[in-house]
Amino acid sequence: MASDPATIAPPPEAQDIVTDRYDGKYPIVIEGLQNAFGENVIHEDLALKVRRGEILGVVGGSGTGKSVLMRSIIGLQRPTAGKIEVFGRDITSAGPDEIIGVRNHWGVLFQGGALFSTLTVAENVEVPMKQFYPELTAELMHEIARYKVVLTGLPGEAASKYPSELSGGMKKRAGLARALALDPELLFLDEPTAGLDPIGAANFDKLIRDLADTLGLTVFLITHDLDSLYAICDRVAVLADKQVIAVGTIPELLESDHPWIQEYFNGPRSRAARDSRDRAAETTVAGDGDAHAQPAPALHDKITGA
Amino acid sequence: MREWADFSWQDGEGGNGGGAIALHGPLLISSVGPLDRQLRALDQPVTSIDLSNAGQIDTVGAWIVWRLAERYGAEITGAGDQATRLLEVVQGAQSTADIRPPHRSLPVRIFGDFGRFMAGLGHGTMRVIAFLGAIVLAFGGMIRHPRRIRGRAIVRQMELVGVASLPIVGLMSFLIGIVIAQQGAAQLSQFGAESLSVNLVGRLTLRELGVLMTAIMVAGRSGSAFAAQLGTMKLTEEIDAMRTIGVAPLEALIIPRIMASVLMMPLLGFYASVIAILGGAVISDLTLGVPAISFLLRVREVVPIYDLYIGLIKAPVFGLIIGLAGCYQGMQVEGNAEEVGLRTTQAVVQAIFMVIVLDAFFAVFFSNLGWN
Repeated sequence: MASDPATIAPPPEAQDIVTDRYDGKYPIVIEGLQNAFGENVIHEDLALKVRRGEILGVVGGSGTGKSVLMRSIIGLQRPTAGKIEVFGRDITSAGPDEIIGVRNHWGVLFQGGALFSTLTVAENVEVPMKQFYPELTAELMHEIARYKVVLTGLPGEAASKYPSELSGGMKKRAGLARALALDPELLFLDEPTAGLDPIGAANFDKLIRDLADTLGLTVFLITHDLDSLYAICDRVAVLADKQVIAVGTIPELLESDHPWIQEYFNGPRSRAARDSRDRAAETTVAGDGDAHAQPAPALHDKITGA
Repeated sequence: MREWADFSWQDGEGGNGGGAIALHGPLLISSVGPLDRQLRALDQPVTSIDLSNAGQIDTVGAWIVWRLAERYGAEITGAGDQATRLLEVVQGAQSTADIRPPHRSLPVRIFGDFGRFMAGLGHGTMRVIAFLGAIVLAFGGMIRHPRRIRGRAIVRQMELVGVASLPIVGLMSFLIGIVIAQQGAAQLSQFGAESLSVNLVGRLTLRELGVLMTAIMVAGRSGSAFAAQLGTMKLTEEIDAMRTIGVAPLEALIIPRIMASVLMMPLLGFYASVIAILGGAVISDLTLGVPAISFLLRVREVVPIYDLYIGLIKAPVFGLIIGLAGCYQGMQVEGNAEEVGLRTTQAVVQAIFMVIVLDAFFAVFFSNLGWN
């Protein structure tokens, strides 16, 4: 079947697959990155390091190139200059085949879910497995697909549904299930909570935090959602003036006197998000230490608070 | 080189056939393929699973361990922090749901599909008639309120359907004229009647081929474009957006397209016939020794004027069919991108099929009128 996405690229040779999990300190290292579309320069001398095991939120105004940055890291967009290392491998100078050794260690959730519309949810989850690990038996793949679907908070029956039968929130969860199909160490999320209702968004935030903690994921999270930033991000990288102008925890960023950062984190919406985070923190057990490991504002808290 | 997960087997005491399994190597999705096959083939019960020599583990490894433990009620020992956590995760996420919608049995499928096909045929016919009726109504409304006529959209579509297809229709017709003249002359020379190839080219193109080939070309070029455009607009909810703003898609999108194809088909058909006759004239000048100018003068003598009328009467009807099929199929798109492709194919196939069927009716009809 020509429309089967699994048949587009030939499966890589079994020996070429890197099986080791990355144990260095920085899974993503970007230096001197430049991206330009014709005259229009998006990134200029951009540098960023992502620490292993953290959830890094990436924020910036519209058009500052957040998605372009993500596309550069995952090899969909060839930068005009600079170096990007993922798991210690330089992917900017690598050919498409060489990236394959890295591709099975990351998962990507695109904004709209980007599910293959002619396959069921479970078959969508199986596509990357078939592509990279053809030696797995069909039964095992079905089992994996089933539990991944449930793992992302979908009801088990959703596995046999086609994407057009799912709501927007369910599509995102199904997309996340596909992103997690290969048990990646690195997860890229492009505005995962955009378009979700606040309850759905809070649940999705909590899901990401829980998965990151239990599976030991490093998460690169592009978001506009201030609640997500406060609730689940360990650090936040701010994109402005064609560069990453600051990286740090939110209290650290608040120290900065860059006008955009001040406007962003001290605006009315930001303060509301911070308050709701603080309220959520008060209701949970004190002395937990790491404030960013707190779950998203609890569900009932949101409802009674409204 | 990849390091695969493996296991060692130790027979249990008491000779009840049970045994203990010790896993070693990494338990990752990239390394458990062969292990999973072997464990599935196990024919003896397992009493305990030892993980103390296992390497890294991910949810797939945890799933395999847990499934094995669940199957035999075995005990898991030596699990590290990570393994314990992942075992809990996969245990909480187990599911037995189908991964595909349930499959129907063969007889049910045969009768079901046949019934659905017949019902679809009936409904489809009704819907096409309803669609035609809606267009006639909207058209009537536009005649009563001429301000609702979208002149700009109609002209734009006429450009796309008509002007933009001049080169390809011209080239096609020119070549067809050449082929008819050359092949006709080759056959007619057996009777010493090469000069009759003028009749062949002139009458055939004006009466039949000019319009028919143009209709096929327009169906392929514009009918498919109508279906794909409208189908994509339906998927992106553009058509719903138009409705909510109060713009009737019928007036803004469909009538301009149908009018454009109805208006442009006679012009294109006539143009195609003329070019085909020119093609015949050129080839007869070059290879048959009949000067092009006398070929053209002869066409005037041997082709009755009603041949032209027949072509020009058929052309707008063909245009209507092409426009209707394209727009109707486009508006039927629901769901996903695959549907757009299916509907576009159907639009073209239906249009060409209906054009050829109708052409046969016209041939009989005009012959009975005495226009031979």
